Amino acid sequence: MTKAPRTGERDPARGHGDTDERPLASDIARVLGDPRTWGSGVSKEGQPGDGGTFGETVADNLKLTQGSRVAVIGGGPAGSLFSFFLLKTLALIDTEVTVDIYEPRHFDHCGPAGCNHCGGIVSESLVQILATEGILLPAEVVQRGIDSYVVHMDVGSVRIDTPLHEKRIAAVYRGNGPRTSERITTEGFDRYLLDLAVSNGATVQHKLVTDVKWPEGRPRVVCGDGAEATYDLLVVASGVNSQVMHIIEELGLGYKTPSAVTTFIAEFHMGQRLIQQHLGTSMHVFLLDIPRLKFAALIPKGDFITMCMLGDNIDEQLVNTFLNAPEVRRCFPSATVPTNCCHCFPRINVRKARKPFANRLVLIGDSGVSRLYKDGIGAAYRTSKAAAMTAALHGISEEAFAHQYWPACRAIDRDNMIGRLIFGVCHLIQKLRFSRRAVRRMTFLEQTTPSSRRLMSSVLWDVFTGSAPYREVLVRTLHPAFIGGLAWNLIAGNAPNARVREDKTMVS
Amino acid sequence: MTDVLGKTYRPGEIIVRQGDLGDCMYVIQDGDVEVLKEENGVQTVVDTMHTGDIFGEMAIIEHTVRSSTVRASSPARIMTVDKKTFIRRVQEDPSLALTVLKVMSQRVRKLDLEVATLKQELGRETTSAEPSTGRRIHGD
Ligand SMILES: Cc1cc2nc3c(=O)[nH]c(=O)nc-3n(C[C@H](O)[C@H](O)[C@H](O)COP(=O)(O)OP(=O)(O)OC[C@H]3O[C@@H](n4cnc5c(N)ncnc54)[C@H](O)[C@@H]3O)c2cc1C
Repeated sequence: MTKAPRTGERDPARGHGDTDERPLASDIARVLGDPRTWGSGVSKEGQPGDGGTFGETVADNLKLTQGSRVAVIGGGPAGSLFSFFLLKTLALIDTEVTVDIYEPRHFDHCGPAGCNHCGGIVSESLVQILATEGILLPAEVVQRGIDSYVVHMDVGSVRIDTPLHEKRIAAVYRGNGPRTSERITTEGFDRYLLDLAVSNGATVQHKLVTDVKWPEGRPRVVCGDGAEATYDLLVVASGVNSQVMHIIEELGLGYKTPSAVTTFIAEFHMGQRLIQQHLGTSMHVFLLDIPRLKFAALIPKGDFITMCMLGDNIDEQLVNTFLNAPEVRRCFPSATVPTNCCHCFPRINVRKARKPFANRLVLIGDSGVSRLYKDGIGAAYRTSKAAAMTAALHGISEEAFAHQYWPACRAIDRDNMIGRLIFGVCHLIQKLRFSRRAVRRMTFLEQTTPSSRRLMSSVLWDVFTGSAPYREVLVRTLHPAFIGGLAWNLIAGNAPNARVREDKTMVS
Repeated sequence: MTDVLGKTYRPGEIIVRQGDLGDCMYVIQDGDVEVLKEENGVQTVVDTMHTGDIFGEMAIIEHTVRSSTVRASSPARIMTVDKKTFIRRVQEDPSLALTVLKVMSQRVRKLDLEVATLKQELGRETTSAEPSTGRRIHGD
């Protein structure tokens, strides 16, 4: 879905905000690892970065109390879930606050105007946890329940089923479907979460925030229509495709925007019946040796297929090369990819923000820390809940966020380091044909032999679904049984006669 | 149906069986289920549950066998929540355990009420049958 330019939207020509004056890597590691070294900074207007009103420097004073006012910029998953958990937790301790969610988008619009540009996979772990929280995704929100993954490689395809044969992954629209969709029964995921926040007491201000000021140590939100309001706490959940992060950075409170890279999303209309026939209830991922391509997937939803591509400097040429690959074309009727009806080049968070909090300020979801390449909505849930619990129970001071909120961000970030290693290995597999053969053979045998242990299958499942921490995936690949199995399949899968036999028996 | 989550059960289909070892709990996405207790080969319906309710949570908290059988009493869509997923998340966010604690406390409250009602009924029966030996309500 093409993103409409808006006032207050970030100018892409400005880069990603953390390119100049790079400190040494060791300094970065030390500083980012220990929030005590971050300091508070001084605001652009010269107010003390501790953010309290003058004289209000004691963290104890920085608490949400009866009648406090909270502004949330962005009504995507992070903003809505934050508001939901904050209001729910404060209600438990009989504290009533005002929560204003600033969100200019109307999520019930089709196409770019109502969409937050994403693949729309709600991961297996998040679906389970949301259900435990009492958030059951209704049929109008779930465009397709996913129960399997099909990995496509040049050496063939292999399907990985859930052991329970249960649909625990949800394919959703973030808005109300692509540009040409007309299904009025459809409800977008973001709209559903926003309604949830509203039903718990939040108010939606359908306004674009164009500036944030910090007079007398309190956040003041300025909107496109000129309206201004002062709050006790400012929560920034504006994602990585917004100018707001840069406005916050310029306040000088120590925050530095996360790094992000450009991705590509397109929607294809195919109709329910053909989608069921060709893609079924599986997500289709591609491990293809195409230069600059990191990861690509086709996600079946309702009448449409969403295509997502991650890679280096994604451009039209890379998109066309991918769409012309026989492994991709095979997924469409008559091996012909239809013209897309909606496309966009959104950015994805690939490296965390620096110090996403200060007194009376917290940045959550993509504006703060997210999971590398996978389960961004899951990360938005984790950071928004951690921030909400901190604000409700521990206070809104920098100290409270450093001790209670930051550990959740740090856990995601540390796991991302291992994620980088794992995606490096995936990239290597993409490049080396003999390794692709081994991966495919091992997975195929595990999937078709009921008694066999699901070693490779579970690793691939967790990498593609983003359901388990990357650390856990790594530990599983270090298990002697996994290493032994892979070694055996490297030999068996690449023996000349084995190759002929496999090509005849392995179903694509 | 492709646009739904969980696994669909027909009315009468067993979801968990008393005595089986469990490593997950369940959330009812849609529909109704009944909880059955089997004692000396006799099955008694002890509870009914509906959309949004959680069951099987004891298996998540202690390594033990299922204490009752649960079967669908209408077409029901049920989602399993893995022990590992739940525990991993509780470690990061202990407040999630509150949701399970809430389920358990509601269950204890309901059981208390049922025990009290049963005792009252038993008391009435005993009183009308043997007016002078009311203390036998403890029933042995
Ligand atoms: C190609 C691609 C595919 C992805 N696929 C998946 C996937 O399949 N599953 C998954 O879990 N994650 C996926 N992600 C990541 C996921 O989209 C994000 O992690 C997630 O949306 C973050 O949520 P958020 O609420 O932080 O930000 P967003 O979803 O970006 O929401 C930010 C909100 O802030 C609002 N906003 C912005 N500026 C302003 C302003 N000035 N004033 C008021 N409001 C404002 C926006 O309108 C928007 O509603 C994908 C990302 C990309 C780029």
